[in-house]
Amino acid sequence: MTSDATPRLPDTRTSGPSPRYRQPFYRSNGFSAALFLLPATSGFLLFVCLPVLAAFAIAFFQWDLVGTPQFIGLRNFAALLKDRVFLAALWNTAYYTVGVVTLSVSLGLLAAILVNRAIRGIGIARVLLAMPYVTVTVAMAIVWRWIYQPEIGLMNALLGVFGIPGPNWLSSRVWAMPALILMGVWKSFGYNMILFIAGLQAVPASVYEAAAIDGATGYKRFVHVTLPLLSPVLFFITVISIISSFEVFDSALVMTGGGPGTATTTLVLYIYEAGFESFHFGYASAIALSLFAVVLVVTLAQLAVQRRWVSYD
Amino acid sequence: MTDATLAGHVRPGRGVSRYRERQAILGALGAFVIALLVFFALVPVVWMVLSAFKSNAEILSPDRTLLPRQWTLDGFAALFEYSAIGRYLLNSLVVAGGIALIQTVTASLAAYAFARIPFRGSNVLFAIFLMTLMVPPQVTLIPQFIIASRLGWVDTYHGMIIPQAFTAFGIFLLRQFFLGIPRELEEAARVDGASRLRVFLSIIVPLSGPAIATLLLFAFLAHWNALLWPLVMSTTDATRTVVLGLREFQGQYFTNWDALMAGSIVATLPTIAVYLLAQRWFIRGVILSSGFGGR
Repeated sequence: MTSDATPRLPDTRTSGPSPRYRQPFYRSNGFSAALFLLPATSGFLLFVCLPVLAAFAIAFFQWDLVGTPQFIGLRNFAALLKDRVFLAALWNTAYYTVGVVTLSVSLGLLAAILVNRAIRGIGIARVLLAMPYVTVTVAMAIVWRWIYQPEIGLMNALLGVFGIPGPNWLSSRVWAMPALILMGVWKSFGYNMILFIAGLQAVPASVYEAAAIDGATGYKRFVHVTLPLLSPVLFFITVISIISSFEVFDSALVMTGGGPGTATTTLVLYIYEAGFESFHFGYASAIALSLFAVVLVVTLAQLAVQRRWVSYD
Repeated sequence: MTDATLAGHVRPGRGVSRYRERQAILGALGAFVIALLVFFALVPVVWMVLSAFKSNAEILSPDRTLLPRQWTLDGFAALFEYSAIGRYLLNSLVVAGGIALIQTVTASLAAYAFARIPFRGSNVLFAIFLMTLMVPPQVTLIPQFIIASRLGWVDTYHGMIIPQAFTAFGIFLLRQFFLGIPRELEEAARVDGASRLRVFLSIIVPLSGPAIATLLLFAFLAHWNALLWPLVMSTTDATRTVVLGLREFQGQYFTNWDALMAGSIVATLPTIAVYLLAQRWFIRGVILSSGFGGR
């Protein structure tokens, strides 16, 4: 991944043709670098760096739409710990993440293994499997909301074929979250598949030949040869999937609005509700920071344990 | 004795045929699972498309058919009558296109500086850019909104575009790509007195077509799909994107499934079309942006 380790050539351009000759400042490296960096950096400072710092500051204020913001120290965070909706949102987001990541990663891997073969028409299957990833989430959430309708929806019709009476998915405290998870898996497994295929194709054929000579075939070959070679890709996909699952918002807002009750209220949905429906910017920032903290801790934990199972050779 | 040798000869034969048999069964099983997965991936899209051509009464009736019993455009007619969907499409095009363009131009300039121009603080600045990638965009949502509203940018195109146009991802991606371009190509031009900008425009940019196209494509798709920022910034039809318009429409016409399906098609057809037309690019882009599989 770090191909930028190429040694830098000594830069001879700046020295100029003779020691007495000095380049005008507008030809100097510093000046041209500044010009090249100016557009990105100025936008970055105002709309990324400043907001990141401000997010930390705002969380310590009672900051509402009207009235002057008041510094209240850690009181927003103290309130969070007693806030049932926040705790529910934290739990729901974790539930969603575990569900989507495990299913979507394993389905992506399964699909990649199955379509990574030279069979006629397999290219079309690959294209179709990755298609959900590029669909517009809000549009497809509306379609899924309909799929989950108890009387007229497709889901229960499908279950009915096998004689299973389906629940009222989106109105059920128990089934609303699995319904969101299924849509999340549908949307994301194709992306994982693409990366797994790239990983599988990077395994040289000679490795498999060597494994065959050692008598490893089928399942054994998969566990002892393919999986270790795939571990960097698997690690990357897991990290990325966890982060993006923590940020789930669109499908919850459109399909359930966080309900029934708080059964599908996710962290980002709660940030939105606190910030832009109740207009408590300070409180919403405190929720956002806790999202940041969770993402950071989980990512760092994964980086810490990766040495045990990810092999980069 | 002969029996034993015979058996000895036969056994591997039987083994091979059994092996073949197993392979055939596994192959069939694999094909079946692929078919199931394709079914899973396609059903919502196919169902959306076919239902958009049904009447709402037919959608609401419990006995379904895959194809519409009577093809109708009522859903589309209702969509265009009760929502400014044309305007929403235009807004999405302007907003997603604007973000993709600004992001790509500014990121490629900055990436060139990081890849090629030695200057003091280069590594520190790059590290700062990279660190911001760790911060989920929802964390900066509220401060960004406060800044944009103080600037009077609420419900304007520039308010929808500019605060979203800066991300370190593009700088990172393009810098990696630029580092892979042989230096000799530009050394010659520099010796001949070409300015940095000229080198950038006439040597680096033409050689970086795939990376630049990837960034444009991904930024466009991501912001065509975006809900959260438009939701807080847009308040009228003047800036409402198609994603936002669709969400509003669903709020008002909760059970007009024919029109909702028509709206979903209109919103998502452009992204599916771009994907199908440029799927090679898309797949390369996914791999390129992950850093696996080289360039």
